[in-house]
This record gives sequence, C-alpha cells and structure tokens, in this order.
Amino acid sequence: MQQTPQAPPTQITPQPVRNGIDVTINGKHFRHTGDPDLPLLWYLRDVLRLTGCKYGCDDESCGACSVLVDGKLKRACTLAMQDLADKDITTVEGLAGADGTLHPVQQAWIDEDAILCGYCQPGQLMAAVDLIARKPNPTDKDIDGIGNLCRCGSYPRIRRAIKRAAKTMQGKSR
Amino acid sequence: MRRPHDASRRRFIKVFGGATGALIVGLPAFAWTPDRLLGQNLIRLNPYVRIEPDGTTVIGSRDPEVGQGIRTAEARILAEELDADWNKVIVEPLDLGVTAVDGEPHWTFGHQMASGSTSVPSAWNDLRTVGAAARELLVRAAAERWNTTSANLRAVRGVVIAADGRQLGYGELAGPAAKLPAATNPPATKSPSRYLLIGQDAGDVDARDIVTGVQRYAIDEWFGEVLVAVMTRCPYPGGRLAHLDDAAALKLKGVEKIMTIPTPDPSRPLGTQPLTAGVAVLAKDTWTALQAIEKLDIQWQPGPQAAQDDTALAQAAEKLLTGEPEKAVRSDGDFAETFKHARHRFDAEYRIATVAHADLEPPNALVKVDSQSALLIAPVQNPRATYETVRRLTGLAPDRIEVKLPRAGGGFGRFLESDYVAEAVMLAKAAGKPIKLMWTRASAFTHDLYRPFSIHAMRACADRHGKPTGWNHRIASTSRLQGRELRPRWWLSEMHPDDLPAGLIDNLQYAWYALDSTLPRGNYRASSHAVNAFVTECFIDEIAHGLKQDALKFRLALLGEPRKLSYRGHGGPVLDTGRLAWVLRLAADAIGWSKSHSRGHGFGLACHFTFGGYAAHALEVSMQGNRLVIHNAVCAADLGRVVNPLGARAALVGATLDALSTALRQRIIVKDGRVRQHGFKGYPLATMAQMPHAVQVILVPSQEPPAGAFDIGFPSAGPALANAIFAGTTVRVRQLPIWPELMRLL
Repeated sequence: MQQTPQAPPTQITPQPVRNGIDVTINGKHFRHTGDPDLPLLWYLRDVLRLTGCKYGCDDESCGACSVLVDGKLKRACTLAMQDLADKDITTVEGLAGADGTLHPVQQAWIDEDAILCGYCQPGQLMAAVDLIARKPNPTDKDIDGIGNLCRCGSYPRIRRAIKRAAKTMQGKSR
Repeated sequence: MRRPHDASRRRFIKVFGGATGALIVGLPAFAWTPDRLLGQNLIRLNPYVRIEPDGTTVIGSRDPEVGQGIRTAEARILAEELDADWNKVIVEPLDLGVTAVDGEPHWTFGHQMASGSTSVPSAWNDLRTVGAAARELLVRAAAERWNTTSANLRAVRGVVIAADGRQLGYGELAGPAAKLPAATNPPATKSPSRYLLIGQDAGDVDARDIVTGVQRYAIDEWFGEVLVAVMTRCPYPGGRLAHLDDAAALKLKGVEKIMTIPTPDPSRPLGTQPLTAGVAVLAKDTWTALQAIEKLDIQWQPGPQAAQDDTALAQAAEKLLTGEPEKAVRSDGDFAETFKHARHRFDAEYRIATVAHADLEPPNALVKVDSQSALLIAPVQNPRATYETVRRLTGLAPDRIEVKLPRAGGGFGRFLESDYVAEAVMLAKAAGKPIKLMWTRASAFTHDLYRPFSIHAMRACADRHGKPTGWNHRIASTSRLQGRELRPRWWLSEMHPDDLPAGLIDNLQYAWYALDSTLPRGNYRASSHAVNAFVTECFIDEIAHGLKQDALKFRLALLGEPRKLSYRGHGGPVLDTGRLAWVLRLAADAIGWSKSHSRGHGFGLACHFTFGGYAAHALEVSMQGNRLVIHNAVCAADLGRVVNPLGARAALVGATLDALSTALRQRIIVKDGRVRQHGFKGYPLATMAQMPHAVQVILVPSQEPPAGAFDIGFPSAGPALANAIFAGTTVRVRQLPIWPELMRLL
C-alpha cells in the first residue's frame, strides 16, 4: 500500500492530557480508560472484581448494586463511568475499617442475623448506611422508604438491624 | 463472631492443607463403613470433619445453601455429637461428592440437594453419626495416652477430660486419633438431654462474609481466559431462529464469537425441559456482551404450537373441567349423592396465575471443559441432576466432573433445573474456552420455568348440624412432567391424595385435569402445596362463613380428635391432626382471635401440613384507602426438634413474607405466546413498606425428628391473608394474585 509522505512537524505541541476517568473507590484511586459508557456495576465486578456489588437487574429496580457516590446512595447498574470523574465511591467492601473492624451497620446485621440467602444484603447495607447518615434516628416510616428488594423475606430483621445500628452510632457520636 | 476471621481462614486451608497430624472424618451417608472414615486428602475438603493440630475444626456442609440456613444447621448437628468447641468451628461447603465405580457415578456424601425441606431431616440421620464417630476416636486417643478406658473420660467443648481433671484438647489428640483403627460399630449418639448446641440459637456462619461483601456466589466467580456469554432466546416456546445478521455485533471491540444454540429437540430434554433456541454473544466482559446482544439483527419463527395467551389458557382449563378428569386422585364415599341431598351446598372457582421464580441471583454458570475434565460453578439446588446434565453433554468419565456448590442467591426451585448449565457447557465445548454464562434479568423472567396457571373447581356440602359431609376439589393445571414419557404419573406434581381435608370428610373427591400449556413449567417453593393450600384454606373459610360458624372453631371441629392419618406423600407416613390443631390454636391465640371481632380490622387464619411440618398463620389487616395494611402476622409451627431456632425463625418469617408477596401481586402475563414482563417493574416483589414490620413466630417444643423449615411456612400464609381481607372487607378474593382482583371487586 502506498503511503502518503508526511512533512516533519513544524512545531512541537505538548503531550495532550492522558485520557481516562479518575475515581476513588473505597479510598483507592483508579483510572478507567475504557468505554466511558461502562456502567459502574460492571467496572466494579468485571474490571476490579469487587463483587460485593451485585447484579440483580438493569433498571434500578432491585437495589442489589447500591453504592455510595460522594456519600449519596446510587444504583451502580445505570451509572456510567463518564459521569463519575473525580467521584468518591464506597462499596460494601469499603464499609469495614482497614483493620477489619466492622461498620456498626455490618455488626448490627450480624447481631440480628439479617441474612437468609444474603444476595441482596450488600445493597441493603448500603441503603441502611445512607438512611442513617440522613436520619440518625430513623422511624419505621423512614425505613419503609428503602426500596431494595429481597425475595427471601429478610425485611423484619433488616428493620431491626437498622434500628440497632442507629442506636449504636448515636451512642458513639455523643 | 463464632469463628476465626475470614482472611486467616482462607489462608489456613491453603497453608495447612497438606499438614499431617490432622484427623479427618467422613462417612458415606447411608452405611456404616468405618474403613472409609479416614482419608488423607487434606487440600480438597472431601471429608465432613477435619481437626487441625491447633484445635480448629473444619466441618464440611454437603447440601447447597440457598438461604435456608443449611450450612449453619448441618454444622451444628455435627458439632453437637462431636462435642466441638463452636468457637473453633469453620464451615466449608463440600463439592458434589462423586467417584467412579465400574464406570458409573457413585455418590460419596449421600443427600446433596436443596429441595422440599429435606436437608435437615437427612442430615439429622447421617451427620450425628459422623460427629459421634470422630468424638469416639478422640476420646479413645486420650484413653490410650492416659492408660485408661474411654468409659472413664468425657468430651466437652473440644476437650477430653479425665475423672481426675486432666485435660487434652482435640487439637493435641487429632494426630494420635487419626492413627487409630476405627470402631467396628457406629458409636452411640447423645441423649437429647445433653445437647448444648442443638436447640440453641446460632447466627448464619457466612454472615460476616456476606456483610463485608466477600461472600462468593457463583456469579462472582471467574477463571482466567474466560469468555462472558450473554444470550438472547426465542420468545416463542418451541420456536426457532429464522434470521440472524451478526455483522454489527461482531464489529464491537471485545466480541469474540457469536454462536447459536440450535432448535431444541423435544425428545431429548435437558433436565425436565428442552432448551430454548438462542443466540449467544461471547465477549471479553459482561458489558461488551450485553451491548453486542442489542446489535444483533434477529427474527424468530414461532413454534408449531399456536401462540397461547392467558385468556386461551383459562378457556382451555374451563373446558377441561366440564369433562372427565385425567386422574381421579382420590374418591371416598359418594360425593355426588351426598351433595345432591345436602342441606348446605357450596360452590366456588379459584384461579391461580402463573408465577416466576424471581431469585435475586439470576441463572448463571461458570464452566471449564476440555477433553479430560469439566469444572462447574453455578447456583445449584439439585447437584446430581446438574452433574448428569454435564456428564451427558461432555461424555466425560464420572470422576472427571467437578461440581462446586457455592451459596446461591435464592433458589425456590429455579436451580433444581439445569437448562442454564446445559447452555454454558454447550457454549464452552463449542468455543474451546471457559464460559461464564450470564442471564439477564429480562431472560430470567421471559425464560423461567414457571409455577403454572391453574383453575380449581370447588364444591362442598354440610348437613343440617353444620357438619361438612362432602368435599370435591378438581384442578386443571399443567404437570411438571408434561411432555415427558410418564403420562400416567403427571398428576403427581399437582395433587397429594392425602392432603387435608382427606380423611376428615366422609365423601370426598380429588381429581386432576391435564392442561396443556406452551409455557415451560418447573418446580416452585413448597410445590403444589403453595397453591392447593390457598384454595383449600380459603374455601374452608367460605364454608365456615356460609354456615355462620367461627372460622377457628369450624377448623378445629373439622380436624377433630387428635389422631394420626396415613400420609403417603413426602412428609409422611403420618399426618397428626392434633399437631396441626395445636399450631392453629397457638396462632389464633397470639393474634387475639377471641377478641378479634370488636377491633374493626380483618382477622384471618389458615393452617397446612407440608413436608412433615405443621404451620398455621394468623393475620390482622385493614384497608386504609387504597392501601392494605398488615398490622400483625403470626406464624406458629411444629417442625419437630429444631436444630437452630434462630435459623428456623428466619426461614419461617421469610417464607411468610415471600408467600404474602407472591399472593398479593405476583403474576406472569402471557400475550401472543410471549411473556410480557422483562423486569421487577412489571413483576413487583413486595417492598419493605408493603410487608408487616414483624412476624411473630411460635415454635412448638418437640422431641419428634426435625422436619426442616424453609417450605413449611409458605403455604398457609397466602390463604390467611385472603381470609383476613375477607373478614375486613367482606370481599372474597378467589384469585392469585389477590391485589388486582381485590381492586376490581372493591
């Protein structure tokens, strides 16, 4: 194949800024250089192998993929990476301390044995962390606002766990 | 925390896996074969128990965990007889236990299935012996050390203690015990009066892993070199691919292959149903595969069966019920004659919609296949059947197929089938690479194996004293075995001849009508009990109301004196009417039944015998505008001896909520031969706000053998709800789901 001869550059331009989307996930920095449309769910699961964020649906209806983005509760299944530049993301793997100390919400889940199959629980935990951050003393009505689905029927124990966690956290902040 | 920290646990298995001096105990489940007690394979955890020199006790749990709490319950049963220190127990899931004997599979762990609340009853018989056998060896090792006899020693919480107070931990004894010849007879199991663990609460052994997000479900597993497969399937049952243009999809970066699953051969079903024709995209990751699927240009050709919708199916069922039944399931006395002359007659028709499984973890499978071996990681409820699917598709030798049993994100019968595993194996074989098959949520709804639509024609009569004298229950539904060469047995999945009120009413008929449906059907939680109990318990309520009798007193009179009726189905051989009456009384008392008519709320009751367990529900509800409020919910159950009350209560509360959620709003809609729902938005599972804040569980103390729990709390919850709604609104809903019909009637 014939190549078009190229003239030498007449001036040197500085290197363009490297492409990529910088995100912080559970306190660690990552740069995503792939498809900017990639949903956070699949970035976490297929790229970083942070599989605590679960696939349950594609339309935000189940909540199994709930995460915190800059402290706000979001569904990762519809959240494109391009909208997450410089955001701070927390997944269920980021709730416990680096030394393994559990978040009070996690401890409350264990204390109330709010498990059953457990598949939806990471998402439920994230919703609970978000709720308690907004409402440190959540009422039953506040808890009713959590729309994460559970087919096994763990709602009553989740309700108790949220109240227990809120109590623990209030005690700590005093 | 009841066990060492997770990270150390994983490391432990690897680092110390090959260490010598560990005691390993395993046992083929159905025979006492002491020569097989000791093995040396430490890395693959194939025995039930392993005790390491530091006292750490690894217990293998054999049945798939699907949320029923079996890993915890099995470990508690074994640890009890072992006299283990629960704080040193680690529970690890066992793989499917299979070896080759004369070229055929030989199952080494006995029962390995999550279905019909059978795991705990089987474990109860098998695992106590395994635990006792290990304890016997440890005590004998201590006796040899101290030059005494085992009879002078006792074992308590991981320590053997002599009469003079000397002690040796299991960790120290494990090495010597492993060298001892095994006892020739199975050692005696404990007297229940000495139980320290059985009957006490234990939290789920996987709780910490789950709340920290490190618990691995099948969907979370990955191999190197794996291709992610996402499929689109023919929306018409029995249909085929008519046109495919995959050029645009293949252009997408990261797409490796596009393959077709051929038109199914109905004569060779995999599992219980033939596969659906489909097109698979194999790509480097899930997102790429999902995008490529959208770029396929596909046309499907409907199958030979006419497109069927809900209306046509209902009409077909109605027509069937005017003719002769496929199977007269039971016939006592003379119903027709009794009905003709009875003082009071009752006649009603109940309709039950098709429902889907809607497990939160969609079907998925990770498969590695080569000419020598296969490895499968998938959510699985019936490991042997799944294994046979892999064996048939690969033709591999029986001991060359490894089936892992990860915790599953639900089950409810969906993972008793192996259609998704078959797809993954076929793709992996054809592609020559490991495959991770991911079902989308849409596929999980459109290609489920459903609980079928049914119509129930009910008639009953009572004499002038208000005593029921006749009962006739006729069902038109689609057998789980439809399409298979077992037609005389098709009715078995639909009706149990000994279900109540059989044996309570002198003139009684049960009959089943074979309703052909193009929609594939499978197993569903509590099987036909889930549906038949709804119809039976609602109709009993109708009769009590019609006779102006109190629904509790009417039921108790019907159950009569406590006695044992013959029960030939699963859960038999007997059904004790006294145990059922007792849970009914407990539930009614707890809800405040005797005072129920002054509060302006609706109260409802129901009870049912399922798989050897007795359960009753009592609900208190009211309508507030267009909103149904469930004020109180009680579930009383007699499950025999309860291994782990905390887990049993979780199972019963869960079953109650799942049953209420299913009864209220769940239905699959079929139009033009296609399932119309593609997600939870069209198929609403109940949310926290719609469900009772708490369910009061009453467990009857019992010395009877354990009966499991997971399915037992399901069947009576739905009818208790419908009966409560009737009491509160005077609207009798004779349909599942309840909600759309209630809104129509109100």
